[in-house]
Amino acid sequence: MQIDKTNNESIQTPSLWGKDGMGQFAALVTQISSSTKTNDKLESLAEYFTVADDKDKVWVIAIFSGRRPRRIVSSTLLSQWCIEMAGIPSWLFVESYSTVGDLGETIALLLPDPIIKSEGKSLSFYLEKFIEIEKENEYVKKQFILDSWNKMTQAERFVFNKLITGSFRIGVSQSLMVNALSKIVDLSSSVIAHRISGNWDPSTTTFSNLLSTEVTDIDHSKPYPFYLAYALEDEPSALGNPEEWQAEWKWDGIRGQMIKRNNELFVWSRGEELMTDKFPEYFILKDLLPDGIVLDGEIIPAENGKPMPFAVLQTRIGRKNITKKQLIEAPICFFVYDLLEFNYEDWRNKPLAERRNKLEEILQIINNNAIRLSSVINFTNWNDLAELRKSSREMNSEGIMLKRKNSIYQVGRKRGDWWKWKIDALTIDCVMIYAQKGSGRRSNLYTDYTFAVRDGDKLIAFTKAYSGLTDKEFAQVDNFVKRNSIEKFGPVRTVKPELVFEIAFEGIAASNRHKSGVALRFPRMSRWRKDKKVDEINTLEDLKAMLKMYGK
Amino acid sequence: MNLISFTDKGLCCSQGNFYIDPWKPVDSAVITHAHSDHAYFGHKKYLCHHYTKPLLQLRLGDNNYESIEWGETININGVKISLYPAGHIIGSSQVRLEYNGEVWVVSGDYKNEDDGLSGRFEPLKCNTFITESTFGLPIYKWKPQQEIFEGIINWINRNKENGKTSVLLAYSLGKAQRVLQYIKETTQDIYVHGAIWNTHETLLNAGWKLPVVKRITPDTPKEALKGTVVIAPPSADSSPWMKKFQPYSVGVCSGWMQVRGNARRRNVDAGFALSDHADWKGLLESIKATEAERVFVTHGFQSAFSRYLNEEGIAIAAEVKTEYGNEDEEAPPILPQREEQNEERLDLQ
Repeated sequence: MQIDKTNNESIQTPSLWGKDGMGQFAALVTQISSSTKTNDKLESLAEYFTVADDKDKVWVIAIFSGRRPRRIVSSTLLSQWCIEMAGIPSWLFVESYSTVGDLGETIALLLPDPIIKSEGKSLSFYLEKFIEIEKENEYVKKQFILDSWNKMTQAERFVFNKLITGSFRIGVSQSLMVNALSKIVDLSSSVIAHRISGNWDPSTTTFSNLLSTEVTDIDHSKPYPFYLAYALEDEPSALGNPEEWQAEWKWDGIRGQMIKRNNELFVWSRGEELMTDKFPEYFILKDLLPDGIVLDGEIIPAENGKPMPFAVLQTRIGRKNITKKQLIEAPICFFVYDLLEFNYEDWRNKPLAERRNKLEEILQIINNNAIRLSSVINFTNWNDLAELRKSSREMNSEGIMLKRKNSIYQVGRKRGDWWKWKIDALTIDCVMIYAQKGSGRRSNLYTDYTFAVRDGDKLIAFTKAYSGLTDKEFAQVDNFVKRNSIEKFGPVRTVKPELVFEIAFEGIAASNRHKSGVALRFPRMSRWRKDKKVDEINTLEDLKAMLKMYGK
Repeated sequence: MNLISFTDKGLCCSQGNFYIDPWKPVDSAVITHAHSDHAYFGHKKYLCHHYTKPLLQLRLGDNNYESIEWGETININGVKISLYPAGHIIGSSQVRLEYNGEVWVVSGDYKNEDDGLSGRFEPLKCNTFITESTFGLPIYKWKPQQEIFEGIINWINRNKENGKTSVLLAYSLGKAQRVLQYIKETTQDIYVHGAIWNTHETLLNAGWKLPVVKRITPDTPKEALKGTVVIAPPSADSSPWMKKFQPYSVGVCSGWMQVRGNARRRNVDAGFALSDHADWKGLLESIKATEAERVFVTHGFQSAFSRYLNEEGIAIAAEVKTEYGNEDEEAPPILPQREEQNEERLDLQ
């Protein structure tokens, strides 16, 4: 079976890539992380996919679509072993880490030079080894890791450590990888996106299984790639005739896909996590839904059809076992708004209006609290809709979704047909009291801050925020922190309470884990209030009033 | 007695009534090197190495300069002052002070590797050593310069193949001349920014033999620049001045490029960890070689570095606050030069 458009043998391997798999992967990561243009990243990936070994390719697809092997050692152990090998005191390791901002990179920089330069092992060798020794004792793992370090270049050590510790964060999105693959495989991007989604195991899947041009065994659990909306920047009137648009409430939950095929039910999150077992409420739908159907909707807590705040869902989302109490206090419903497959037929290319009609027809005969049709908002002109939008918060909604009635269901985030028109965030003015260095491209810069409101003559910390400032503003605040530290607790600096910020957030909930008694949802710095002084910030009373009004 | 005290004007030798690299105007200043955070304007008298003098003239204009040779001694009120190569940039010197048999050495900025221009740094035996600590963490471990230059040359060649101009960002005094030595063979023409041209001219007039470069002027035709190398100071990055070079690729030569985060923040296409400062190992070896029993640590990672010296029993060390490290390589790149590309964010919509 011929898969590649190009014949590997006839190509001269560019010297840049070298011959061994781990080296090639390290070169790929180096190239991608240092290129600033999406097109260069695409070229690097496509080039990698032509030179790399088939098994390694499968693993790269797996890694960049969130299917990494389970972590075999903790960060603490990894750090300890590095400290031993480098022969430095542990405080110096911590100091180095806080400057580099990335554990895998810190370790790669601190380890002594390798004994044997690169052993020429493949990427799949190391990943399969991770799986093989997952259950072994600490000693075996230590031997393997130290031995590997000793034979790797610095770039290889870096990617090796990243494979153990976490994500790469080098800006390879799923769509970028799909586009790179579509350059070397004779399949359309949407087919590739579908093939590499869902439930597959990189250690048992071959490249030809995954991306064959012929139809292979069908995986019934496979979700479709989600279609995502951009935020509406202009007034909605710029969208033209309101009659061409469908408006829905934008729910604050987990975007999900519900699949019933072959009499089995699967629930996927937008992060492509299979979540079926987390929501026993949905089990009954296996009997109620017609076979061969895929629905797009929102997983949200709701009581008798009325959505509850997201915080309610958070109480059970991380748990392995759901208790009876949680099922009662945080009942989950699926608010469905789109139909992607019906009767085993892909409906994504049909216009939204047609999909919606069919969806309503299907939902009409299912009467169960576990699933609801996400209702369409009736409106005749944009002004009416703007008025209705003001009541979003009372509905526990984040605003309004606008979808063109004749739109097809696209792949990924696309402009034009779907827009989210969110309500303005809640805001509060507060003062920065602690700062900590960031990570990644913000390493060695104080970018992670803790904020406080006033309570009488005291300051009460109530939230952290890391984003919202421009790089220039971050540089200025960083400078302030360095010159105005009062105390140092490990990596955290206490700073003079002087800088006032407006924090925007999407929701507020009571919390007994926080001293202030509240927890915010999506807090970020919306403005640096250089015009305000510390005595003009909001108080704990103000926060509590907000909790009463919006928290429930 | 302390031969040098740390004052709000700078490092002060009261016995000799002079300062070393003061940051406020004083009567008499000994200058280690011509970078602007060490050589300030407004002193009545300047003492430096012969090579530094024309550079100070370029940067600070006419002043009362006195210059001496490495190893030459002058005597002020019983204090013997002499200069020795620091290996940092052209003319950069360590300052050795001797009084009543007690020796203090101020390193200024230094690096251990011989770059072929700055003179070879040799640690001097002393009682007290004042060291910089710009890269005083064990994560800073330089590769041999030969290896780094090979990387730079490969990068230039790859750009040439792709029809791109290679824009190398390097500090106009020091890094630019160092880089130039190694890459002069890679393209027919090497173009430089005005700031680098000025330094270049000054050095040529002072008798230095440097590769031939061309200055970029508004009249330089766009086509002439295609596929060549352009050397520019970091401040030129993403300025309208760069538009002329399209299509181009930007590479930065700085020790800060050792950490990926810095390279990403700068949003450059290539980062080369080429530094004019000592790395961790270089700092430690130098300090041990001075056999100093006391070490003062200035600009950089002074608190971590002095703690390490104390804990390991290498010397009795203390950190000192100075105004150094505000220019050139010594300041980590904090201002991003270009807009960040849109990175995918997790957003549970």
